[in-house]
Amino acid sequence: MLTLLAVIIGFLYASSIYMFLRRSIVKLVLGIVFLSHATNLLLFVTGGLRSGEPAFTAEDGTVDLAAVSDPLPQALILTAIVIGLGITAFSLVLVYRFHQETGTVDLDEMAEQDKP
Amino acid sequence: MKLAYLLIILYALAFAAPFVNLYLRKYSGWILAALPILVFGYLLSQVPAVSAGTVYAEEYAWIPQLNVNLRFQLDGLSLLFAMLITGIGGLILIYAGYYMRSYEKTGRFFSYLIFFMASMLGLVLSTNLIGLFVFWELTSVSSFLLIGFKHEKPEARDAALQALLITGLGGLALLAGFVLMSIPYGTFELTVMIANPDLLTGHRLFIPALILILAGAFTKSAIFPFHFWLPGAMQAPSPVSAFLHSATMVKAGVFLLARLNPLMDGSEIWFYSLSVFGATTMFVGAWLSIAQTDIKKILAYTTVSAMGTLVLLIGTNTTYSMNAFLIFLLVHAFYKATLFMMAGNIEKKTGTREIEQLGNLRAYMPIATGIMLLALLSMSGLPPMLGFIGKELIYEAKVNAPGAAPFILAMGFLANTFMVFVSIRLALDIFWGKEVRFTQKPFEPDISLLTGPAILVLISLFLGLFPDIIEKSVVTSALRAISPDTEPVDLKIWHGFNLVLLLSAITILTGVMLYLYKTKTIAFARMVNLRYFRTRFSKRFFDFIGLFLHLTKKKTAFVQHGYHRFYLMTIFIATSVLVWYMIAKVPFTHIQLESLRTVPLFYIAVAALIIMSAIATLTAQSRLIAFISIGLVSFGISVIFITFSGVDLAITMIMVETLMVILGAMVVYHLPKYLNYSGKSSRVRDAMIALAFGSFMTVLVIKTGAAPPQDKVSDFFSLNSYPLAHGKNIVNVILVDFRALDTMGEITVLAIAAIGIYALLKVKLKPGE
Repeated sequence: MLTLLAVIIGFLYASSIYMFLRRSIVKLVLGIVFLSHATNLLLFVTGGLRSGEPAFTAEDGTVDLAAVSDPLPQALILTAIVIGLGITAFSLVLVYRFHQETGTVDLDEMAEQDKP
Repeated sequence: MKLAYLLIILYALAFAAPFVNLYLRKYSGWILAALPILVFGYLLSQVPAVSAGTVYAEEYAWIPQLNVNLRFQLDGLSLLFAMLITGIGGLILIYAGYYMRSYEKTGRFFSYLIFFMASMLGLVLSTNLIGLFVFWELTSVSSFLLIGFKHEKPEARDAALQALLITGLGGLALLAGFVLMSIPYGTFELTVMIANPDLLTGHRLFIPALILILAGAFTKSAIFPFHFWLPGAMQAPSPVSAFLHSATMVKAGVFLLARLNPLMDGSEIWFYSLSVFGATTMFVGAWLSIAQTDIKKILAYTTVSAMGTLVLLIGTNTTYSMNAFLIFLLVHAFYKATLFMMAGNIEKKTGTREIEQLGNLRAYMPIATGIMLLALLSMSGLPPMLGFIGKELIYEAKVNAPGAAPFILAMGFLANTFMVFVSIRLALDIFWGKEVRFTQKPFEPDISLLTGPAILVLISLFLGLFPDIIEKSVVTSALRAISPDTEPVDLKIWHGFNLVLLLSAITILTGVMLYLYKTKTIAFARMVNLRYFRTRFSKRFFDFIGLFLHLTKKKTAFVQHGYHRFYLMTIFIATSVLVWYMIAKVPFTHIQLESLRTVPLFYIAVAALIIMSAIATLTAQSRLIAFISIGLVSFGISVIFITFSGVDLAITMIMVETLMVILGAMVVYHLPKYLNYSGKSSRVRDAMIALAFGSFMTVLVIKTGAAPPQDKVSDFFSLNSYPLAHGKNIVNVILVDFRALDTMGEITVLAIAAIGIYALLKVKLKPGE
């Protein structure tokens, strides 16, 4: 199962890099989404894969360490998901405004306009 | 008195000079000269003790962890140089006080000049190589400011830049050489090294260190092929030239060679390189001075020749050569400072430095004529000046030179002949000869302008008549510092008839002959220069700098191209290559890839969903499809979270992604059209780069999974979730209790993003903004 997940993570990273290398700035934003997905999964895998053992205590508050999944990566990912939402939303709006002001979404055109 | 105080006094004076100049403009030269002359007086009072063998030394910790300390030492050699620097420096300040009156910003000029003097003094007093290097660089920087003082002239700027770059590059080589030298000893302390020279000369780093140090010393002392910056440096006002050529700057390189002589003189390479470069420079400098017409340029080339002579004498390393080195050092300092100051006087009073536009000045400035003649006598090596003794000793040294005596003697004879010719020319063509029409009527230079030159020629004359004074006072003790086994020779003005005297006579006669046929001599020299010395070193140098700047611009345009995706590409390719290299280096062990058959079909279906949705996103031709398919990727990931116990993750992810898809769908038609900008080949290239990156991530994940972490901090959170925080959902407890501040930060980020989005949407730029 780990191997399968590793392939998924690798593919998501590859998708992200491919999107980063596009000239369209909209695709760049999608690359950021891919990157955060891939990294979330990567973190998740480092916690170890356990089925049906969510990180809850027993009714009396005791914990059997062998029988709960690792809560820390999950807490980190939770934060990351929410932040990812913020970044994506912000960059989408930025792209929208950028297009409004400049009339282009081509990053190469930006580079050429920047030259003296 | 501490030696460090001398330096502090002079540096303080450098910073005070502009104020002195501001309030006491008329007398600033005399007032500013007082302190250097007092320092000179103090040094003079130390002569008896030092010549009796006392060595004053003091050390100040600077970076003791690296064995870098400031150590100052007053021995025979540093005393001799220190007296030249402060004595001549003081006289030049008096001279400059009057000479610089017509210039603007003289306060700044005095500041630079005194700063230069202080740095030079620090250089000769230092025995820790790092301290010495720092002062060495300070002299380079301050000479840059001085040479470029008339910075509104492009030639002065070029000359200053050239001097700075050449001596600066030499300085870097020197630093590298010093570091190499310190390796066998583990210290930068020169006195420690000199106590045990074999450790260095036997070390395998000796040759590289020697080459680097020679590069530093040769660039500073204008030794061929680095001689060209010195004639350029005559763009500086005359007081600077007088100081730069006589007691400072070019003498720094010679000083360093003398200082290192006891450490290196066992080595054959030291001997050969100093002899060859010294003899070549001695000849080239003298030869090039023949065809010049500008007084300062003539003098500059004779300085080059003199530096070559000094280097040659160190390299020859016999009793005579070492004695001759010290005497000639003094001789040259005296006459060269005088001649440059006088050249400045002539320019000031006649408005030109061109020999061909001058003549019969003797009628207008008799005192100046007398001073100049005495200095020229010294330069051409005639009695009764100290120059005569110096030249006799040099001939003696060359006659007795081991190894290459005939070659060195021939070069020396020619160089001296040219010197005689140039001296006669400077004397007769300027002060005698036919009357020329002057643009301004010349008159005797003022007392401030004549004091310095007069004192220096009189000293030179006095020491020429009573040479044993120098021998007793400075030569003996300086010899102890540069060549402990060498005995001082008896200095006499009359040696009786011998080979050396014969050589001197022939030299002078040949020089006179050359002068008698001077039009032919000069024409011949010009012809040879045109035909064989076409290479203009200075021009080549600037061509090289221009080429370097051109290449740098090209390189910057290539690396800093401004294309966002190529920057990213560089990073990704470099990372992929490095990580793959490491993966290939560390062998794969104890990792077994599971067979896909053991994985339940359900997971395979989820994986297929994610990968196919991703592919759909990558290849989508419309924005809407892209947003929907990337939403599908997210939902696939949520499924993975929920099957592997990430309950909260799945919930959050589904909520967030639902929001995302809605947001995307809302803005999608306001977004620009989804265009394909790149062609097929670049897409294939990018796909390769992306796969190279993604695949190493896969490998890394598999490797990480094979080695789960040992001491997990999470166990603390799990065990204490209920006892400390009274929560049963451990993930939630971490977020809102154990790491509550992080969550606080996260909320802040969201709030800022929200404000940013609001601002972006609401604020409209006015047209034209």
